[in-house]
Amino acid sequence: MSTNTETTAPLAAPALDRAANVMRSIRRIGQGGMLLALILALVFFQLTTNGVMLKPLNVTNVFLQNGYILVMALGMLLVIVIGHIDLSVGSVAGFLGAIVAVLMVGATLPVVGKVQLDPVLALAVTLIVGGIIGMWQGFWVAYLRVPSFIVTLAGMLLFRGATLFMLGGQPVGPFPESFRAISAGFIPEVIGTVPDPFGTGAPPVQLGPLVLPLGGGPLQLTTMLMGGLLSAFVVLIAYRARRGELRYGFAVPSIRQFWIRNALIILGIMFIAYRLSGYKGLPIVALLAFVLIGGYMFLTLRTTIGRRIYAVGGNAKAATLSGVNAKFMVFLTFVNMGVLAALGGIIIAARFNSATPKAGYGFELDVIAATFVGGASAYGGVGTVAGTVIGALFFGLLNIGMGIMSIPIDYQFMVKALVLLIAVYFDVSSKGKDA
Amino acid sequence: MSDVLLEMRGITKEFPGVKALKDVSFSVRPGEIHALVGENGAGKSTLMKVVSGVYPYGSYEGEFFFKGQECRFHNIRDSERKGIVIIHQELALVPHLSITENIFLANEQSTAGVIDWGLSNSRAQELLKKVGLDEPPGTRVSRLGVGKQQLVEIAKALSKNVELLILDEPTSSLNENDSQKLLQLLREFRSNGIACVLISHKLKEVESVADTITVLRDGAVIESLDATAGDVTEDRIIRGMVGRDLTHRFPPREAEIGDVLLEIRNWKVAHPVYEDRMVINDVSVTVRSGEVVGIAGLMGAGRTEFAMSVFGRSWGRYVSGSVLIRDREVDVSTIPKAVDKGLAYVTEDRKTYGLVLMNDVKTNITLANLDGVAQTGVISPPKEVKVANEYRDALAIKTPSVKQIAVNLSGGNQQKVVLSKWLFSNPDVLILDEPTRGIDVGAKYEIYSIINRLAAEGKGIIIISSELPEVLGVSDRIYVMAAGRIAAEMRASEASQELIMKAIMRLARAGAEEVVL
Repeated sequence: MSTNTETTAPLAAPALDRAANVMRSIRRIGQGGMLLALILALVFFQLTTNGVMLKPLNVTNVFLQNGYILVMALGMLLVIVIGHIDLSVGSVAGFLGAIVAVLMVGATLPVVGKVQLDPVLALAVTLIVGGIIGMWQGFWVAYLRVPSFIVTLAGMLLFRGATLFMLGGQPVGPFPESFRAISAGFIPEVIGTVPDPFGTGAPPVQLGPLVLPLGGGPLQLTTMLMGGLLSAFVVLIAYRARRGELRYGFAVPSIRQFWIRNALIILGIMFIAYRLSGYKGLPIVALLAFVLIGGYMFLTLRTTIGRRIYAVGGNAKAATLSGVNAKFMVFLTFVNMGVLAALGGIIIAARFNSATPKAGYGFELDVIAATFVGGASAYGGVGTVAGTVIGALFFGLLNIGMGIMSIPIDYQFMVKALVLLIAVYFDVSSKGKDA
Repeated sequence: MSDVLLEMRGITKEFPGVKALKDVSFSVRPGEIHALVGENGAGKSTLMKVVSGVYPYGSYEGEFFFKGQECRFHNIRDSERKGIVIIHQELALVPHLSITENIFLANEQSTAGVIDWGLSNSRAQELLKKVGLDEPPGTRVSRLGVGKQQLVEIAKALSKNVELLILDEPTSSLNENDSQKLLQLLREFRSNGIACVLISHKLKEVESVADTITVLRDGAVIESLDATAGDVTEDRIIRGMVGRDLTHRFPPREAEIGDVLLEIRNWKVAHPVYEDRMVINDVSVTVRSGEVVGIAGLMGAGRTEFAMSVFGRSWGRYVSGSVLIRDREVDVSTIPKAVDKGLAYVTEDRKTYGLVLMNDVKTNITLANLDGVAQTGVISPPKEVKVANEYRDALAIKTPSVKQIAVNLSGGNQQKVVLSKWLFSNPDVLILDEPTRGIDVGAKYEIYSIINRLAAEGKGIIIISSELPEVLGVSDRIYVMAAGRIAAEMRASEASQELIMKAIMRLARAGAEEVVL
């Protein structure tokens, strides 16, 4: 008389197990990594948009429209690596966009009275407020031990409300030109331009049905030069690292493999530089993102703080018993997230030339998804800056590509959802293999 | 009906690197209380996990029969269906559910998935009566003390029509009163024809309640004693448990002992949750430079808790006591401070507390002293590799490179990585908690040699071990701990396994009497 559940459960379970097996065999095919997926997506969009996807304007737009994802994903990476999550970044970014707007446009605030700051000062104050918000949430998570999911879910509501309060339900803007340049500006052309060798009006170069991304406006040489310098720098670092490894007798890829790999990296960098210079050159927001990417690569790979964050995420107990102040590290990652959310909010406000009550709505999902798609582990301890950048670019590409294809927004959401699920599945299943 | 309820023949169970059970034969008669005794790691729990299907058929060699039928269990459910129920040392109750819900967990009194609460509660009431627990069945389990929780576990076992009840250390966390009640209950079961396997360290209890006593040592059955006549004494059992010829060899040790390096005075620590429970009670310990001090005792004696509470108060609630290094009182209230003052604690559980398993060897080695390979917070990769390679060579860590992920190393080599981590922090005193647990004999010897070398360099070593031969083999001086106190202190040259065991039992008895008073 006891159990009917006992008989029904075993019937359903094998079917689910079989489905999981099918998923595993798909995963083995797809093990080429995120970079391959990114390239495939590029080719796909290039084909379906008949070459529009990789026109200079659209490559530029990938950065202009998704700069905030890149910036905030760097903060989210550290939060996820240390084993937490921040659901509030969209609301926080919206709130800080409102702060910077109100400070610049001028408003009467309680206690301080009437304020109107110049853009630089407003920016600095906003970044500091971002840090304070991070301290607030970090304190609840690290020291009061409330799960980050709950703390930042509360933060999501709290700062959405605070945004409405700050703006009084009205958009605030417009902003001074100098401030807007953050999201709409390009680096000044100091060298000059040359015509694109593939011309503007010439028929497109094709490889079968694939329109090659060549030809565009006159090339901005400063951007090309910066691309060249970045390539040289990246290769130099890689070369020195390889030499160091050799000296300590580590197995390294052969010199031929090394150069093939680096040639591909140079190709990638120079391609982006070439496309950007065919429009208006390097966007300021992209420059900002590249500097931050470099900085966070250094932080994660070379500093003791970075090392400790990964150790806490990998095994908090072992890290604590090794003398790492795990609580403080968690606190720090949230402060860092707050500052980067401030930067994200500033970029969004500058891009729309106004702060609106709805700004940043749902951005946390893009940011979190980009981080996970980039290979960060939902269990903590694993994730790289490079992967996160690829994940963010992947999502940026999806946004722009589906936009050009005029795919309705409802389908866009569903496609992104599937991408996220599959990417995290890869992560989970590769974990299972180790255990 | 045959006169044998459970019969096991030639059971052998291997774990990577360890043979936990060697050709064990074991039988239980219907309606007897059969005690299974032996040191930690002798294979008692492993044997019972085979019987109860925790280790499924195929993961061990040999065969066993229950009521004359051969058993090939694939999981616990299979064994429970036959009437074999195991109650583990860590109780498996869901604290936020009621007694009724716990008793019928995964065995709900239901029709088409709808639970019949009336029936559930009345059946629960009956079962509670049988085990003598006077609580409403709707009570949340978290509101009950450990003793009563144990009774709920037994009621749960009874609900499954148990014929063989296996209890793994049922009284280890009970006070004397609750223990006696539990043992009385077992006697009642015996008269109702329920057989019982009792795993216990408390030999007094075993002596008083058991019909048969089987002694396991190093995964093999040493002897089965008929205790019905009541002439089996505690001493007799101890002799069986420890009287082995040394299977491990120890490197020769010539101690050069200097001044007192570390002194811990009157250390008292309370349980982190139950603040009135004193887990470490007035413990004082000294370590001299060049000296290896062993702390012997059974599981649950408070040795790990003591070590961790000293090391940056990483366990429990500090009550009182002081730590002196070179006769000067020092503040070791946080782990960074303790590390800074020259303490190192090498954990007993290297996978959970010692290593970041997904990180590589070099990252693990430098974790406790990152500043040693960094300048103003920037890590120098060449320096880090150099340090890691030095320790790899010095401790003979077998790994293709220091970039190998720690999870891929064998237990002994993982242990050496943890040791390296702490050696690189350059401590004065190393506390080694079960440093050779789960590693093979060869690696053990290497670890002992490292311990000797460190002592020769003038460091003070505290070694916590549940293996008595190990404590006797590596230490210069031995503290015996039991029930959170120091039960005895002796020079290793004058100590023996019997002396240590007796000291433990003496204190356990004294503690029990104290509770009764």
